[in-house]
Amino acid sequence: MTWARANSDRLVDLMLQHLWLSVVPVVVGFLLALPIGWWASRFARPRAVLLAAGGILYTLPSLPLLVIIPGLIGTSFLDPINVAIVLTLYALALFVRIVADAFAQVSAEVLDSATASGYSWWQRFGGVELPLAGPVLLAGVRVASVSTVSLVTVGALVGVSNLGSLFTEGFQRDFRTEITVGIVLVVILALVLDAVWVLLGRLLMPWTRLRGAG
Amino acid sequence: MSVFSEAFDWLSTSTNWHGPDGVPHRVLEHLGYTALTVVIASAIAIPLGLWIGHTGRLRGLAIAVTGALRALPTLGLLTLVVLWRGIGLTPPIAALVVLAIPPLLAGAYAGVESVDRRTVDAARGIGMTEWQVLTRVEVPLSLSLLLGGLRSAVLQVVATATVAAYIGLGGLGRYLLDGIAVRDYPQMLGGSLVVVVLALLLDGAFALLQRLSPT
Repeated sequence: MTWARANSDRLVDLMLQHLWLSVVPVVVGFLLALPIGWWASRFARPRAVLLAAGGILYTLPSLPLLVIIPGLIGTSFLDPINVAIVLTLYALALFVRIVADAFAQVSAEVLDSATASGYSWWQRFGGVELPLAGPVLLAGVRVASVSTVSLVTVGALVGVSNLGSLFTEGFQRDFRTEITVGIVLVVILALVLDAVWVLLGRLLMPWTRLRGAG
Repeated sequence: MSVFSEAFDWLSTSTNWHGPDGVPHRVLEHLGYTALTVVIASAIAIPLGLWIGHTGRLRGLAIAVTGALRALPTLGLLTLVVLWRGIGLTPPIAALVVLAIPPLLAGAYAGVESVDRRTVDAARGIGMTEWQVLTRVEVPLSLSLLLGGLRSAVLQVVATATVAAYIGLGGLGRYLLDGIAVRDYPQMLGGSLVVVVLALLLDGAFALLQRLSPT
């Protein structure tokens, strides 16, 4: 605790950097997956291809990807953007399946009724389809968020600073406290972020609280 | 793309394919760690998962523990275990085992739970003992999900064993971590491509196995 207190400024910096590297991939991955997943939920052939592609992407190990991505896109090896890109790809791979499942479970009768009551495509999507898919989407965001927060730490191995830097530094200095503090902060960050998604879900979908879901 | 041609040059250099530092030896090492880890983790997680799925007991606890383990940063656990228990093979393998347990446990209990309750009742109705219900009905019917758990665990260990090179484990991660230390990008990239190919081959093998499984 004394060590953590003495280094609180640096810990806050690392935590903010870690937060940024976790939130951007989850949000960008989700926004990219929304149209792709919706498309996959409507048509069988793209669904099979997209889910297979997502599955393969998800099997690629993170550290090698952190090495391959800068080679592919020409960024500097130490650029934090590589970590953001790799984690966005993972989030995207995870979300495409979840978004496709979320939209697939919205009943066709409900959609037909919306159309029959004169909803335009956009009104139907925003007013009926998206809210009904919401709880499953939220569950997906929570899963992706937890694993992303944990995966960011691997970036420390390629020199991108975040809470994972406490692991590499603590290891080199043979200082267990630093590693323990790092693990605790990563878990706290994951829990706080999870609470934020749940809260956001309640704000956007107030009806789920009545049913005790979400 | 010149970095890739350098990586391919590295991959096609004959000296990188021989001796204890050569690709075949590193691949075998990597597969050895993976097999050892997954066998130990399976011996713990699969019986436990089957028991949880069969009896329905401790289910909430299992979900909470697997969720919490997922939040635990791999690199933190690996470095802490080594500082605490020293280098050598046992500490990193122990950490890898801990990380491989959640997918195996989840595959086992979700598999048993996925079996239709009426089928299980019918098995009891014709006089099967609980053990027979588990081994002759629930396990065969949940084979696909069990294999799915095994598949996730294997791929996760392949990825994590790469990271474990940081704490001195051999295997393919050596090319990456040693390359990072001396800024040898072709070696890092070459090693990364080998890991990716290995992961894809293993995933493909499991996909085939799951397709062949009866359920």
